[in-house]
Amino acid sequence: MSTTLPAHLPAHEGEHRDPLGAKMGMWLFLLTELILFGGAFLLYAAYRARFAADFHYASTLLNPLIGGVNTLVLLTSSLTMVLSIAALERGLRRPAVLFLGATIGLGLTFLVVKACEWSGKIGHGLFPGSTELVERTAGENIFFGLYYGMTGLHALHVVIGLGLLIWMFALIARRPRVRVTLPAPAGESVRLATAGGRALWSDAVGAEAAAIEVSVVYERHDELLAGNLPRLDNTGLYWHLVDIIWIFLFPLLYLIT
Amino acid sequence: MAEQAAKAHGPVSYGRYVMVWLSLLILTAATVTAAGLAFGRWSILAAILIAAVKGTLVLFYFMHLKYESAILKLFMTVALLTLAIIMILTFADLSFR
Repeated sequence: MSTTLPAHLPAHEGEHRDPLGAKMGMWLFLLTELILFGGAFLLYAAYRARFAADFHYASTLLNPLIGGVNTLVLLTSSLTMVLSIAALERGLRRPAVLFLGATIGLGLTFLVVKACEWSGKIGHGLFPGSTELVERTAGENIFFGLYYGMTGLHALHVVIGLGLLIWMFALIARRPRVRVTLPAPAGESVRLATAGGRALWSDAVGAEAAAIEVSVVYERHDELLAGNLPRLDNTGLYWHLVDIIWIFLFPLLYLIT
Repeated sequence: MAEQAAKAHGPVSYGRYVMVWLSLLILTAATVTAAGLAFGRWSILAAILIAAVKGTLVLFYFMHLKYESAILKLFMTVALLTLAIIMILTFADLSFR
């Protein structure tokens, strides 16, 4: 005589999802970021108009190769970001996770390069308030104030972006696990089957068994998408904005010689 | 809703993203090259123009704005116009001091 015990996998998280609302919310936030950095760029423009020669000279003290490498790093990280989203759209969890990992790696690379660049400058005495800098002209001081201020604010956004990316990595990479404990009919055999009757697993139960613990690792395809795709989309939007800001920062700081 | 709109177009292919990325790399090379040439006063304009093209590529394709609903495109337009007005008014002041 067999006993059938139904085991229910828990229902997925709340039904209250508003992907369009979430997307609009993120876009509105990005627009505020645009105004924030726009203000900084305006400051740059105003002072550059006034101290054109000093800005030209001070820019030669920066290394365009480092700036260029960082530009390539961020552009590529934007590519891996959209590839991750594209993979998730198609329900491919593993490529999505791999591309997301690549994005994180490239973001960290950017920060490491930036840190090396800053330590180099600081080592040469070129930092706000240094005696070396104070002895230079007003225009050069303003240039370096803008350099540290703008790249610093941008780097802060990269750090925040990396936090979001790592969070998304954790969300998408995890495999939800359900644990069901059932009373054991000693000496019997146990068969795990879907509601439709498809057999998943079977084995005999030892005579001393007191309980069977069945761990089910499940992945709901629709849940993988519905739960994570809007979030990954919005994380991507933030990351691309960080990239766009650097696209403008690079020529204005490094290439105006 | 927007998801359904995207699905109606079909998800963007991997290849298109790679093409956009290659264009961005080429434009980066162009901006570095242009900086090396002696355009004088126009070099900054060239740099900003190329940066604007790169930014537009990221905005339209990577950030999907090309495929989004009209309201989001309106958001972006209004924000950019606002920024432009702020900059123009500031320089209208600064230029005559």
